[in-house]
Amino acid sequence: MSAVSRRRFLGLIGAGAATAAVGATAAVAVSRDQADALADAVPFFGSHQAGILTPAQDRLHFAAFDLTTERRDDVIRMLRAWTDAAAAMTAGLEVGEFGATAGPYDAPPQDTGEALGLPPSGLTVTIGFGRSLFTDSSGGDRFGLAGHLPAGLIELPTFPGDTLDPARTGGDIYVQACANDPQVAVHAVRNLARLGFGTATVRWSQLGFGRTSSTSAAQATPRNLFGFKDGTANVKAEDPDANTSVWVQPADGPQWMVGGTFGVARRIRMTIETWDRTSLREQEAIFGRTKVDGAPLSGGDEFTEPDFGAMGRDDVPLIAMDSHMRLAHPSRHGGVRMLRRGYNYTDGSDGLGRLDAGLFFLAYQRDVRTSFLPVQQMLARSDTLNEYIRHTGSAVFAVPPGVAEGGYIGQALFEA
Amino acid sequence: MKGASLPGVLTAGALVALAGCTSNETTADNAIAVTSSDTACEVSSGQAPSGTLTFNVTNAGAQVTEFYLLAEDGLRILGEVENIGPGLRRDLVLAVPPGKYLTACKPGMTGDGIRAEFTITDSGADLAATGQFAEQIQQAADTYAFYVKDQAEQLVADTDDFVEAYLAGDDDRARALYAPTRMHWERIEPVAESFGDLDPKLDLREADLEEGQDWTGWHRIEKDLWPPVDYRPMSPAQRQKISKLLVADTATLLSRVADQTYRADQLGNGAKELLDEVATGKVTGEEEAWSHTDLWDFQANVDGARVAFDALAPVVQGKDPELAQMLESRFDDVQAALDQHRKGDGFVLYTDLSPNQVKRLAASVDALAEPLSQLTATVVT
Repeated sequence: MSAVSRRRFLGLIGAGAATAAVGATAAVAVSRDQADALADAVPFFGSHQAGILTPAQDRLHFAAFDLTTERRDDVIRMLRAWTDAAAAMTAGLEVGEFGATAGPYDAPPQDTGEALGLPPSGLTVTIGFGRSLFTDSSGGDRFGLAGHLPAGLIELPTFPGDTLDPARTGGDIYVQACANDPQVAVHAVRNLARLGFGTATVRWSQLGFGRTSSTSAAQATPRNLFGFKDGTANVKAEDPDANTSVWVQPADGPQWMVGGTFGVARRIRMTIETWDRTSLREQEAIFGRTKVDGAPLSGGDEFTEPDFGAMGRDDVPLIAMDSHMRLAHPSRHGGVRMLRRGYNYTDGSDGLGRLDAGLFFLAYQRDVRTSFLPVQQMLARSDTLNEYIRHTGSAVFAVPPGVAEGGYIGQALFEA
Repeated sequence: MKGASLPGVLTAGALVALAGCTSNETTADNAIAVTSSDTACEVSSGQAPSGTLTFNVTNAGAQVTEFYLLAEDGLRILGEVENIGPGLRRDLVLAVPPGKYLTACKPGMTGDGIRAEFTITDSGADLAATGQFAEQIQQAADTYAFYVKDQAEQLVADTDDFVEAYLAGDDDRARALYAPTRMHWERIEPVAESFGDLDPKLDLREADLEEGQDWTGWHRIEKDLWPPVDYRPMSPAQRQKISKLLVADTATLLSRVADQTYRADQLGNGAKELLDEVATGKVTGEEEAWSHTDLWDFQANVDGARVAFDALAPVVQGKDPELAQMLESRFDDVQAALDQHRKGDGFVLYTDLSPNQVKRLAASVDALAEPLSQLTATVVT
């Protein structure tokens, strides 16, 4: 890896605690506590891309890119550059041969520098391909990839209540950067965007400030901006069916996607001011869970299986028929599960004195057509939560499998 | 943040009702723990001073349980929490005058429950007790039921006029009647919306359509009367069909509300929901995407909320005069803000409003909606 070590810089200023066992440069064995674990590096190379089954980090910078080139080689060159840069940054290293503070004095630094002194922070960079990478709006083949368009990379239908903003919807290539330090996540997207100039431009991007999902049994379920724990029944890395719920299997095809996954992003604005005026009774009825600890209204604690048949007074179900949990529960959808990896966001205010805040929903699954699509169809039709949310942005993307060192993300597609 | 709920946050209104008692007490100080198992009902104390009381009820049993505070006769219910699943906890908050009472847990939700005596000593608190205003609440509910029925009747009559003009091809007249007619619907929107099948048939916006779903009702006709460019007008036959449905569905609405009765919490929540409608649909101009007559709907939603509040006002006045006064003045403020945009018999179009004017309207709505969300708890506690 031809990058100057951000870690070496750390060593100079004596902040050695950030070291991870990855890479060979100047690794110092330091005893670690949990805080160090959050600072650690997540391996970039492997059979699956990181950032999916990786325990959800606290911060997100998600970006959608439009390709401005018409040349296939440009796209490959960019993906190679992105792969190298992502591998460096996730290891806590600087981008480029000279990094942020070295190199020709009359040249701008190769790395933008704002992550200097910061540990790897669990950074993952996950790259996905939108449908428009394969075919243009009139079905034309843009880069000779049309024949490799996965059947599962669908265009979502219009769901009832959708208020999608075209400026927050779609894109040719997507980058999900997650880290436990927001500056590290932003640094990643910023440097990839820089490497992309001339080949791709940022179409839209989204910051997320707090994870709303736990993707590991070791993580507590966090709260969304409604103040509720949602997604308790999420796919977790330790689950026996985690691999088959998330990763495309050999029988699914296409071959280049085996070991990959399909992502869905939805920017869901919450009308939190009206929500905050809603009684606790109604809030709990809408979710089907208690607010205090997320237990199903049928009883137990957060992880007790909901009893949808449990009846209250006058034989009214304890968990309302149109509650969010009942409608979204895997038992309603043939047991199919998706891995949710969403983030709370706040993008200032809306000009009417209200916060523009909500959930940047992210979900990964083996097949959108049998997981996100039917769930969202049911939610959009019946969920009582709809009164308090608007879907304002959307993306569906194919996340190719991971690569070994020396390869580049998407290689199997371009060589298919 | 767990456990940090101060009564000032919990029931801003209820506190005022306690003027004269030690109002800086926290709920926790006054809270009585109740553990309901399948065979026992443990109440941490057999007595409490008069004032606003909180029972923290935990269901330690395997069955769904309920908890009641009953009058000494064991019949009259002062307050209850129902549907507490196994392992769950729920609070019962209520204002109780001195006297003898009974507590009751009802595991399995049947029978008389497991009862025990409970004494409220005189703390000197001057409070309006829960249940004290039963008669006024009944009057409020009757007043509101009459109002809903009256609006539904006017909606039916005005819809007939509207449809007549629309079918005669008198589009100018239909456009003039559109917004005033819809006001009758908008005034009783929470009630109309409670009929899950009718609401989408009558009031669905184009943005709320599912692919392949039939679009009927007011907004379908709205688009036909205020057509965007590239719009294909409806044929006379299509107009016939959509009008017939509108008339029939409106008649169904009237028949459904004819014998409908309401509880105090439905009035209070209905008023709050009407303001939510204004805040999310009208002040943003989303409701009337083609006609831009959102301010008519705005006015009608405020009308409906005001009627519900006025009906409950004697109760609020008795329990929390400060809240009553605040709601009164904030309703006036919203009306004053809206009156600035009157034009002729109606209002200017939403699209004629400047961003600053919209912002001022939104601020007045939020200023009212926040205290209005205390209405239900104040009335039923």
